[in-house]
Amino acid sequence: MIELTTTSPLHAFPGGIHPPERKAPANSTPTRRLPLADKLYVSLRQHSGPAAELCVSVGETVKKGQALSKPGVDNGLPVHAPTSGVITAITDHPLNHPSGLTGPTVCIDVDHRDEWVQREPLDNLSALSRREILNYLQTMGIAGLGGAGFPTARKIAGAQGIDVLIINGVECEPYIAADDRLMREQAQGILRGCEILQELTAAKQVVIAIEDNKPEAIAAMTAALSADNSTFILRVIPTRYPSGGEKQLIQVLTGLQVPANQLPADIGVLVHNVGTAFAIAKAIDAGEPLLERVVTVTGETVAEPCTAWVPIGTPVGHVLQSCGFQAEPQQRVIIGGPMMGYTIPSLDVPVTKTTNCILAPSAKELRPADEEMACIRCGACEQVCPASLLPQQLQWLAKAKDYDGLKQHHLADCIECGACAYVCPSEIPLVYYYRQAKAQIREQLIEQQKSEIARQRFEARQARLEREKEERLEKHRKAAEARKAAQAARAESNEDDPVQAALARVKARKAAQEANADAPATDDKKDQVAAAVARAKARKAEREAAAQQAEKNGEDS
Amino acid sequence: MSWLFGILALAALAIIAGLILGFAAVRFRVESDPIVEQIDNLLPQTQCGQCGYPGCRPYAEAIANGDEINKCPPGGQATIDKLADLLGREAKPLDAAHGEEDVKKVAVIREDECIGCTKCIQACPVDAIMGAARQMHTVIADECTGCDLCVEPCPVDCIDMVPVTVQPERWKWNLEQIPVKHIDVSASSPTTEQQVETQ
Repeated sequence: MIELTTTSPLHAFPGGIHPPERKAPANSTPTRRLPLADKLYVSLRQHSGPAAELCVSVGETVKKGQALSKPGVDNGLPVHAPTSGVITAITDHPLNHPSGLTGPTVCIDVDHRDEWVQREPLDNLSALSRREILNYLQTMGIAGLGGAGFPTARKIAGAQGIDVLIINGVECEPYIAADDRLMREQAQGILRGCEILQELTAAKQVVIAIEDNKPEAIAAMTAALSADNSTFILRVIPTRYPSGGEKQLIQVLTGLQVPANQLPADIGVLVHNVGTAFAIAKAIDAGEPLLERVVTVTGETVAEPCTAWVPIGTPVGHVLQSCGFQAEPQQRVIIGGPMMGYTIPSLDVPVTKTTNCILAPSAKELRPADEEMACIRCGACEQVCPASLLPQQLQWLAKAKDYDGLKQHHLADCIECGACAYVCPSEIPLVYYYRQAKAQIREQLIEQQKSEIARQRFEARQARLEREKEERLEKHRKAAEARKAAQAARAESNEDDPVQAALARVKARKAAQEANADAPATDDKKDQVAAAVARAKARKAEREAAAQQAEKNGEDS
Repeated sequence: MSWLFGILALAALAIIAGLILGFAAVRFRVESDPIVEQIDNLLPQTQCGQCGYPGCRPYAEAIANGDEINKCPPGGQATIDKLADLLGREAKPLDAAHGEEDVKKVAVIREDECIGCTKCIQACPVDAIMGAARQMHTVIADECTGCDLCVEPCPVDCIDMVPVTVQPERWKWNLEQIPVKHIDVSASSPTTEQQVETQ
């Protein structure tokens, strides 16, 4: 049982770094509303887990907030139309993903009328069961807005016996100011979301955690907190990257570590982002699905760095242009922060539910990575690792593709925060090696599962074939026995031999046929002729096809 | 007399030991050769028969009986290395006589050309093809092992082996595969085509 007070001591996680924060000037202006883009690209899968089932078609007119997909059999997370317009295509479009791959996307031609669909807020929460509320959150498309975008309803449903609900307003990564601005401007809404989350998780305490480099956000949240609700407390934690990581934050606040291969819920803690809390409040009180989010638009190539409410599906290029983007030669555009973000291959990729920052730095501001040099075994990475891993050792193992060794060194506990790569004097892109190795390990696991299924299916098929063969043999044996028995019975009763009888019948029929040789053909015969014709036609067609094939082959070669 | 006593004592011991061993043989019977099981676990279970045996398990049994370990193209060098490790044998390069290592593929039936002959269904070792006589057939892509066995029997040649497309969630952080694009300085609108420079 964890109990926290406003004065309980804060703890430290191992390692951590202090990169330049660079949150200003993006955090100093109120959150803007950018002009709507003319075209929106809503990817069907923007979160971890299965995609929802598409429920619209090309040419359909959709209104703001209308579901484009529904949970379906896999209980995937739906996406909604961020504004009104016409669906012009449902096609593969570049995804907001480091791979630069394309994926199924709904393209909407915006009509700029911004007409809402009929909204149905949940009025009296107390009359509804937890399950019903969670289903509602799922249909509203609420995903974790802090990082990986895990469906919120699932996260809550999977958590039992929660002592402390931590609302994460730490935002430790440089440049990003989305949560900061949201806390300053929507403190009441966030607290409303916290109340709903507390009800849903039955958490005894709600702790809002903010880093001490956001005094305005702290002031706004403190002002909004009512004195009479003692279960809500606000903790200001020292600024250190990556204190906003789920496991690190839990350690800072409670002193407890989440054991390897376990979830925070296993030690009675659940962490949600402030943005998620606000989205939950909007979904339940206003009936608004997750249609937009606060995005930080920053970097020296952007003339007006700011935070903005951006509809999901807006092309990154449009967001940048609206903020006065002047691209340099070899411009990089990073989604997320400089520590954990990734570069996108094209400006057509859309903003998704998890895009908290679009960073367009100048080459001077964030120097592109230099050539990797040899590891000098200085051990600096080990000093800063917040998960107490051995980054250097992991790097050797990853390069040697020793996946068993990586598992033994707990690669799975790496949160990919990038602190090790940040301090590396040899500029080794350590996290890149870990990500590759993690992907390989995951792939091996999937392959293993698939081969296990294939084996089972193969064995089941073999068993079935064996069974069928036996059944056939058994049937033949039984038929033979029956024949023998019948023969024996006939022999006993001195009947005529059936073979002789049959021969006699055939002879008789032949004689009869010869007698009416001139009689018209029977229907049977007609059928036979038709069948033969069909056969001949089929043969002919086949020959022609073969000839065509030969011709084609001739052309090919 | 003492020699008779000795013989009797030894005989009694032998009988007791025999009983214990007999009981253990029945009670703790091992279902099959565990080494076959272990080898089978390492094989990719495509059931393609490229090794010359009708499936992965028969090949596993053959390896246990001394056959070469380099006859499995779908498993490739990785499987050979693992087998060599398990059996303490030398890791040889893949035997080219049995085929070459290839990208993972999945069978796709061109459905409007399918005549519904069921021949591919009979050929599929993992029952991954759905269909009935004179009805269109289709491949259950998730269950297809890419073994190639359905392609040959098809009388109208309507089955293609298509390389498996990479999904973002199974992408392996292979940054080289991304075409490197530099965003054009003169880009005036967000939809302007980007200048593409592939490394």
